[in-house]
Amino acid sequence: MNTPRARCEISFTVNDEHRTVLAFPMERLLDVLRERLGLTGTKEGCGEGECGSCAVLMNGALVNSCLVPVLQAQEAKIVTIEGLGQQCRFPALQQCFLECGGAQCGICTPGMILAAWHLLNQNPQPDLEEIREALAGNLCRCTGYVQIWEAVAEAAVRGNRG
Amino acid sequence: MRSNPADYELVAPGSLQAVVSLLAERPGEWLPIAGGTDVMVQYAAGNLPARKLVSLWNLPELRSIETSESEVRVGAGCTYTDLREHLVVEREFPLLAKAARWTGGIANQNRGTLGGNIANASPAADSLPALLVYEAELVLVSARGERRVPYLDFHTGYRKTRLASDELIRAVCLARRFADYFSYARKVGARNAQAISKICIAGLGEMAGGRIEDVRIAVGSVAPTPLRLQQTERILQGKPVDAVLILKACEIARGEIRPIDDIRSTAAYRSAVVGNLVAEFLHGLRDSGRSA
Repeated sequence: MNTPRARCEISFTVNDEHRTVLAFPMERLLDVLRERLGLTGTKEGCGEGECGSCAVLMNGALVNSCLVPVLQAQEAKIVTIEGLGQQCRFPALQQCFLECGGAQCGICTPGMILAAWHLLNQNPQPDLEEIREALAGNLCRCTGYVQIWEAVAEAAVRGNRG
Repeated sequence: MRSNPADYELVAPGSLQAVVSLLAERPGEWLPIAGGTDVMVQYAAGNLPARKLVSLWNLPELRSIETSESEVRVGAGCTYTDLREHLVVEREFPLLAKAARWTGGIANQNRGTLGGNIANASPAADSLPALLVYEAELVLVSARGERRVPYLDFHTGYRKTRLASDELIRAVCLARRFADYFSYARKVGARNAQAISKICIAGLGEMAGGRIEDVRIAVGSVAPTPLRLQQTERILQGKPVDAVLILKACEIARGEIRPIDDIRSTAAYRSAVVGNLVAEFLHGLRDSGRSA
């Protein structure tokens, strides 16, 4: 009854590199990134769009990659946590997470950082409420969140100094 | 168990015309998928009966918000983020803008669409009570042409709608006549972001000369469909808001809903809270009349 479907060619830009993969169109972007491209910085938490640990940027917008069928990423520009590492303003954000204790077990961290990056790009001087709202789709079971919000607030301060 | 992607077909024809032609060939065979925030969850859980999907994501015909003097026409493929960022929506349809802010988190707001929320037809959907009180009209499209239907009776039962098997929701039209109304929205849930509502409510009203000139109340998560409380509205119409009227309205509202016990809440809690929210709305509506 379930005849296997054909794979299709997906071309997209991942972290500024042009990539082409052969994938089933309903494969999750998350799985393609991790298993075909080896970009395991993107984590799977819940697999149902609730926890944000698989967040990536797709054409500049924060999305949960577990909910994106890879066909919908055709010709898109994807940025993962690995790609963020190449951005010049990234070390400041990373340093703030380190200094404020914004990471413990690390599973939520890539998604948190992507969500924080997305926020700071749109709103370089967010207040606490704005930070909390921007990160509300990212669940953390270790830190209690306060250190994460402080890390983002501190990154905003430093970002504006530089 | 997780679904095997090899069992599924997904196509992206790239234009609205091509999608409706595909649906017309074999009505009911293709499941439309937009941002995937509902469909992909079912898929991940191995609960997606459809095996053939057609992508609506980013179809340009569905992704714009157009304003004319008399109405705002929101393309069904507009995301919650699109709604949040639109000035006219924010200013004149605050209940919709608020619901968009309360749906999921930022990542899901960047993908979830208004048309998807309507077609998915969850009784708990946060944006649907707003569409009920604004008395939205839906533009439905198929290879047979377009038709415009009132949203008020679009949901016919639990997860059932008037959408034909070859049709898509093309746009949601909102009449621009509520800018001066008092509006009220609450989401009662474990938290605003991500959590699905235990109860959500949208209230809209206008006072004139100390009496209720117009009033609309809609609730979610307390019946098989999102629900307008029309009996409650009828007893409020034309009356001054006093304590006796508020008590009466709460009682009738509790009689109109059909709440159940489920994983998120209980029928008894939902019933009590709907009464409290109706009362809170009416207090606000009364006060809005005083300051006017």
